[in-house]
Amino acid sequence: MTSAALPFAYGDAVALTLKLAGLTTLALLLLGTPLAWWLARTRSWLKVPVGALVALPLVLPPTVIGFYLLVALGPSGPLGRLTQALGLGLLPFTFGGLLLGSMLYSLPFVLQPLQNAFEAIGEQPLEAAATLRASPLDTFFSVVLPLARSGYLSAAVMGFAHTVGEFGVVLMIGGNIPGSTRVLSVQIYDHVEALEYAQAHGLAAGMLAFSFAALLTLYALNPSGRRRRGPRP
Amino acid sequence: MMRCVLPVLCAALCVGAQADEVRVAVAANFAAPLKTLALEFERDSGHTLLLSAGATGKLYAQIKSGAPFDVFLSADEQTPARLEKEGDAVAGSRFTYAVGRLVLWSAQPNYVDAQGAVLKSGNFKHLALAAPQLAPYGAAAVQTLTQLDLLAALTPRFVRGESIGQTYSFIASGNAELGFVALSQVFENGRISQGSGWIVPAKLHDALRQDAVLLTRARDKPAARAMLAFLKTEKARALVRAFGYETP
Repeated sequence: MTSAALPFAYGDAVALTLKLAGLTTLALLLLGTPLAWWLARTRSWLKVPVGALVALPLVLPPTVIGFYLLVALGPSGPLGRLTQALGLGLLPFTFGGLLLGSMLYSLPFVLQPLQNAFEAIGEQPLEAAATLRASPLDTFFSVVLPLARSGYLSAAVMGFAHTVGEFGVVLMIGGNIPGSTRVLSVQIYDHVEALEYAQAHGLAAGMLAFSFAALLTLYALNPSGRRRRGPRP
Repeated sequence: MMRCVLPVLCAALCVGAQADEVRVAVAANFAAPLKTLALEFERDSGHTLLLSAGATGKLYAQIKSGAPFDVFLSADEQTPARLEKEGDAVAGSRFTYAVGRLVLWSAQPNYVDAQGAVLKSGNFKHLALAAPQLAPYGAAAVQTLTQLDLLAALTPRFVRGESIGQTYSFIASGNAELGFVALSQVFENGRISQGSGWIVPAKLHDALRQDAVLLTRARDKPAARAMLAFLKTEKARALVRAFGYETP
């Protein structure tokens, strides 16, 4: 499915969805690396509560996340007051708001593969690097990153695909604005509700094909990844 | 008659026939009034109402797929008419049980003036409305803005809720400064109970007639007919008006 082959309105939603999923994945890989590293290495008592906290989006209904985001990001909510004080304005109904919501929603899908990969490396390669006088930064880029490559791949594919499949959160804080917050899943919902089944089928079939291709890529490139514990699709 | 033949069995059957359950599919905007109406009806008739609230389009799809509803209270007049034409509703049973009123509403007191001039001032970032292709109140909002010659100017500021309930939450949370909702959502004791609002004159949009219909599967169910008859009584109509609707 290419956006060029679709009417303009479809192309809009496809481009927006890809942009949202791409930026969400990138941001989560950057933020998730130090957090996953800490979770994998720490002996602090905070490991368990923090681990539980960041896994919450796995079990919470998206409507709960969306509802609390709508309230918290609103003009009288704590985050809304913060964004206004920072001169960012209010985030609901904006692409930035969707990005924040998507990062929260997809966080465990990126974090857990990274954490598993870091844990699997173990102490030995790090100790070996230390005896060779590699700096921590050097160790990270020369030893950890190559060894955790498959974890990063899983994290990226899962984060991206899960964000593409996001619906409830976007519905509740998006406001359905073409080109800015009307992503594919919302557009499909609109078509189904308006009984426009033909248009809904076009997009839904594309989504199905895309999701299958994403998981196929993941499993083909990373056959050991699925045997590790971690969120399943 | 049966009572003479099989007194024991008949006693059970008659109780069953007299105190029946009526399954009602009701448009989300009328769910709250119907709960109050149901109490009255149940007390008067002894029947029990089982309410399922949802968006009209969704309820239509469910009815077409064989959902076990006896009575359908729609948010519009087209959907019941369509069911009637398609044979899923009993011909001639359709009537208007309520006429909705549209209100331009804000959660902030004194934000929306009594003439709705705030729309022209343009001093707001987001105007919330229900998606016009999905919800009759959203379509009425678009008609109103067209009549006021403001549609093109205000479209870039639209945020669309998938239902009138979600639209309300956008405004109530303060994320949209104002928006169009159903008067019944903000109406209590004969006035707008919170924030500020402008009740849109009915001449600015098509009448929001909400029709009820008896579904075919309940054709021979006296309790379902009794429930529809109850909606036509003056007692029920007065209650409907108290919730911010008009009655025909």
